[in-house]
Amino acid sequence: MNSEGVLVETRNLTKRYGSRILAVDRVSLTVRRGEVYGFLGPNGAGKTTCMRMLLGLIRPTSGKATVLGRSPGHPESLVRVGALVESPAFYPYLSGMDNLRVVARYASVPKRRIEEVLRLVGLTHRARDKFATYSLGMKQRLGVAAALLKDPELLILDEPTNGLDPAGMADMRDLIRRLGSGERTVLLSSHLLGEIEQICDRVGIISGGRLIAESTVEKLRGKGALLVGAKPLDHARQSAEQLLGAERVEVLNGTLRLNVDPVTAGRINRELVDAGVEVTELRPVEGTLEEVFLEMTDQKGESHVG
Amino acid sequence: MLASFSAGMLKLYKRPAAWGLLLVALVLSQIFNYLVPYAGYLSADNERAAEQILASTMPEYLISNSIGGFPLFAGALALTLGVLSVGSEYSFGTLKTMLIQRPRRLTFFAGELLVLAVAVLAIVLSIFALGALTSYTIATSLSNSIAWPSLSELARGVASGWLILMTWCLLGAMLAFLFKGMAMPIGLGVVWILGIENLIVNVAAALLDFADTLQVGLPGVNAGSLVSALGGRSDAPGVNTAVDGTQATIVLVAYAVVFVLIASVALQRRDVT
Repeated sequence: MNSEGVLVETRNLTKRYGSRILAVDRVSLTVRRGEVYGFLGPNGAGKTTCMRMLLGLIRPTSGKATVLGRSPGHPESLVRVGALVESPAFYPYLSGMDNLRVVARYASVPKRRIEEVLRLVGLTHRARDKFATYSLGMKQRLGVAAALLKDPELLILDEPTNGLDPAGMADMRDLIRRLGSGERTVLLSSHLLGEIEQICDRVGIISGGRLIAESTVEKLRGKGALLVGAKPLDHARQSAEQLLGAERVEVLNGTLRLNVDPVTAGRINRELVDAGVEVTELRPVEGTLEEVFLEMTDQKGESHVG
Repeated sequence: MLASFSAGMLKLYKRPAAWGLLLVALVLSQIFNYLVPYAGYLSADNERAAEQILASTMPEYLISNSIGGFPLFAGALALTLGVLSVGSEYSFGTLKTMLIQRPRRLTFFAGELLVLAVAVLAIVLSIFALGALTSYTIATSLSNSIAWPSLSELARGVASGWLILMTWCLLGAMLAFLFKGMAMPIGLGVVWILGIENLIVNVAAALLDFADTLQVGLPGVNAGSLVSALGGRSDAPGVNTAVDGTQATIVLVAYAVVFVLIASVALQRRDVT
């Protein structure tokens, strides 16, 4: 494996609990250096189990994973990885600052980094308060601060906006975008499509423990579609079906949705007008990840957990 | 391991519950070793009985006084310390946060063990130091002559006390790793120390041959025998003469090693979820 270009690679990674529960099923994914990789899947799809396996917290039943050229959980890979897995977990009786001091000691990171990461997540003013008194948003930010202590090459964030209010979610997305804008690689899991769409370069979609797609956001969204307002609608639909094939034509709320590349708008307009259709509106629309996601994950498998 | 030790020390040092346990251990040892006998001395009917009671609080009995409560109440507190320190990593969910920083699992565990060893030593030394101060105060206030145990006796007393408390503390840590939490380990551990061993020794051993044989291998019985070998009164709760000091030491060390091994395997092999 080329550890320069590929930071995380899994091959048929599988986790089975007993004979009935298959949490992760032969997942093979690749995270490349410098990208923000979105790990997208419904609740219970196996995202967290996958991430725990990448950090060495859970041992796979079978398959292989390599993180920064090492097996998961190896001190030499962990030292270059920062992670927030599920909810942020710290000692409630310690202040935010002291919690970071404990983490820094385990990570063998110099103390001066603590102030830096507190500033980065905007928590300096509450750093001396006990963790138990923090709001969920502040706990989440402390979790990200802890993940950044090592100034890691690879940042693994598991549902970092979980439980945050809309403003908190927007702040967190901004922060993640900033963190992923340089050399740093980010592996981000979420069940929120908009979040992944806004932040990530590439996406892996997991459902029922299986990785069912891995590609760039653009490729997954497809090339989009054309919305056509036309009169009479029936005649317009028939003409469009003759032109493009019935499978690419839908009627939505009194308009036609043509699943074609929007650059063909001019030609389609001309053909429809020539066929005697009055075209009242012609508008390109982008495909959404949500459509792709719902289409892809609309499958029922065996019993799974996340 | 030093990084894990230093992180573990910070966690424990800043933990109010740990200081609470130390305070309880000190208060109980003061009450039962000095305050109660001193009150008995003041209210005794005849002078000879009063002198006998008072003699037990003098500096020469510092070792037996200090470790007299270790097989039972201080043992239960040490077990609680072991459970608190390990079990809360599961109940707070912090085990995952710390294990993904850098240390290998066994390095993390070694750091925790060293922290517990230091904490238990601090408890033992504090009990000895406060006991020394109190007995010295009583002796000088009554203008009695003062005879301290020799340094080697003191060192043996501190080491034996540390071994007893460390064994209980490791039992607590092991149970916390096995049960991944705090409630069950504290419940089971304290019931064992304060209840089950007593039942085996005082009830079952008199009725059943195998229980009579079994009792000499129990950790609490060996802890009690070690205290007795160092001059502890064998009529005190938890103190006995079932085995000699050497055997008691060997058995306690063996228990400590087994507890550490079981805890290591539990931490190393199981998933952190």
